[in-house]
Amino acid sequence: MTAILRAEGLGKRYRRRWALSNCTLEIPPGRVTGLVGPNGAGKTTLLSLAVGLLPPTAGTIEVCGGRPGDGAAQLAKVGFVAQDTPTYPGLSVGEHLRLGSRLNPRWDDAVARSRIERLGLDLDQKAGRLSGGQRAQLALTLGLAKRPELLILDEPVASLDPLARREFLQILMEAVAEHELSVLLSSHVVSDLERVCDHLVVLVDSEVRVEGEVEALLGSHHRLTGPIRDTDTLPADQQVVSARHTDRQTTVVVRTENPILDPAWTVSSLGLEDLVLAYMERPTNSGRPRALEVLR
Amino acid sequence: MIEFSLDSRSGVSPYLQVVQQVRQALRLGLLTKGDQLPTVKDVVARLAINPNTVLKAYRELERDGLVAARPGVGTFVTRTLADASLAAHEPLRRDLQRWLAKARLAGLDEESIDALFTSTFRGAQADIA
Repeated sequence: MTAILRAEGLGKRYRRRWALSNCTLEIPPGRVTGLVGPNGAGKTTLLSLAVGLLPPTAGTIEVCGGRPGDGAAQLAKVGFVAQDTPTYPGLSVGEHLRLGSRLNPRWDDAVARSRIERLGLDLDQKAGRLSGGQRAQLALTLGLAKRPELLILDEPVASLDPLARREFLQILMEAVAEHELSVLLSSHVVSDLERVCDHLVVLVDSEVRVEGEVEALLGSHHRLTGPIRDTDTLPADQQVVSARHTDRQTTVVVRTENPILDPAWTVSSLGLEDLVLAYMERPTNSGRPRALEVLR
Repeated sequence: MIEFSLDSRSGVSPYLQVVQQVRQALRLGLLTKGDQLPTVKDVVARLAINPNTVLKAYRELERDGLVAARPGVGTFVTRTLADASLAAHEPLRRDLQRWLAKARLAGLDEESIDALFTSTFRGAQADIA
């Protein structure tokens, strides 16, 4: 099984700031991978590198076995729905489909038309007059009808209301069930991803903090609560992800493959959101302050 | 045909919730031998969940010998969990209802009833073990 996306020591620098540094990743095919992290963590940069919109400053990236953006064959393999699901406001829905069919060698017109019909979109309607949810659905339809091996979506549901969000993810998941499609989507809202992702990448301060199968990650992380204690005294196999102390209590999130035997701890499991938050809380290795949102 | 629902606050993983709901339906006689489970595509389209989650749940049910997949057709129930004890459910339910009424009369609120039931249930399990 070859990886659908493989990055090694990947980095991107804008002037003097590294938007992404030392990123090493291997995402297996057939997965729905969630890329999560706070705003400004480097999610969009990583996705743009994967699509080929940006050249890397350091390291290498390989997508579907090729270099991103390298020729027509490579472009046909990767679909991309950019942030805020842009469409051409002056073109009608039908014109978007025609554009898609002319520009994409593997275009599946039947898929496109049946989806548009199911969505109840009027082919003559200008895209600029669609609602946010409809526009997102149109962009998704174009991405799916292209029949890519990997569909990349940047914050696809961030600006949608809960109903449109659900509908969008339903169509996306249905397509994953129907076609052999790998998906990589970013979000800063973990709850959106909880149901749809089976693989997770957490990006904070331009570094990959944790990556892996969701089930395996949930199974190997635990929250321990007990009397106050120095986290350096924990067994060697328990990797501390985050720790909090009050004057009499210690709460730590640890990662370990082994059972937790110390009776002083109350052990509880973590949801995906808690797990991601625990990694976001952790200070960076380099001790840099957390990148502010305004730096984006 | 049954329909699945997911409780995202339960802390139980989605795939396990699907497994539990099928087992529950089998135990209560809502699903019997020969019945078809919803197709993966239907479940995915309804719940907006990852298809692998549904596949994983169905595979586990298959491993337990409860369902069998017929390629290109669907997944079908091969064995039921509702045994002879199903007939005893109704009288037991009535007993339980009477007991619940008694507990309320004695002034127990929902939380106390739940706690009492759970601790008695656990105690009884420990006795058997």
